[in-house]
Amino acid sequence: MKKFLFILRNPPHQGIQLQEKLDVILTTAAFDQKVALLFLDDGVFQLKKNQQPEKQGLKDTASIFNALEIYDVHDLFTEVESLQQRGLKPSDLTLPAKEFYRKDINDLMQQYDVVM
Amino acid sequence: MKYAIQVNASPNNSTTGYSAYQFIKTALQMNHEVFRVFFYQEGIYHAFKYATPPEDELQMKKKWTELANEYRVDLVVCISAAQRRGLLCDDEAKRQGKLDQDLAEGFRISGLGQLLEAALLADRFIEFG
Repeated sequence: MKKFLFILRNPPHQGIQLQEKLDVILTTAAFDQKVALLFLDDGVFQLKKNQQPEKQGLKDTASIFNALEIYDVHDLFTEVESLQQRGLKPSDLTLPAKEFYRKDINDLMQQYDVVM
Repeated sequence: MKYAIQVNASPNNSTTGYSAYQFIKTALQMNHEVFRVFFYQEGIYHAFKYATPPEDELQMKKKWTELANEYRVDLVVCISAAQRRGLLCDDEAKRQGKLDQDLAEGFRISGLGQLLEAALLADRFIEFG
């Protein structure tokens, strides 16, 4: 078993990019690997509450993040600066994510075998 | 060192795919092992058999095929990403009633399990794009 850290730094509804990334995340978790997610930059919007992607013909990816718990994925991390720069508070997110300051992100990444 | 590589970038939108190719070729020339290259997202566009860019342009598909022949690198294209973009392997083309399959020589189609296996077996896993 290896420890996987998935970095999500793009906004949620940029084509099918996120959906394909989620497929990898769910596959990795289904193979009983240790999985954590780190939301950086515009990636923090992926957890924003009250998205309505159906209007753009896109899937509701925020609800897939809610399903991660079934796969034993509980480690969701985000960056204080990324949230602040976008005017977001932790209460704006659909799931609780542990906040890290930018200066500590490097140390966080060091704890994982594979960063994707 | 044992490497596994993931390529997410298409041949035409950036030079990332070519960077991946150069890295892999150099690693192999230096006697490292690159046992699998997994093409995902827009990266699957490297594997289209009928891609025919003008002769004076970079021939990425041809380069990958030559690499696979020369070094026996396992070039794997993700099946779901491929089908989403209209790249069908032999079985799937037949099933969908198509006249031919689209996969270039040296590539094979498989699932995400192959990506995960590559990440687990490699000393270093590197993602391009």
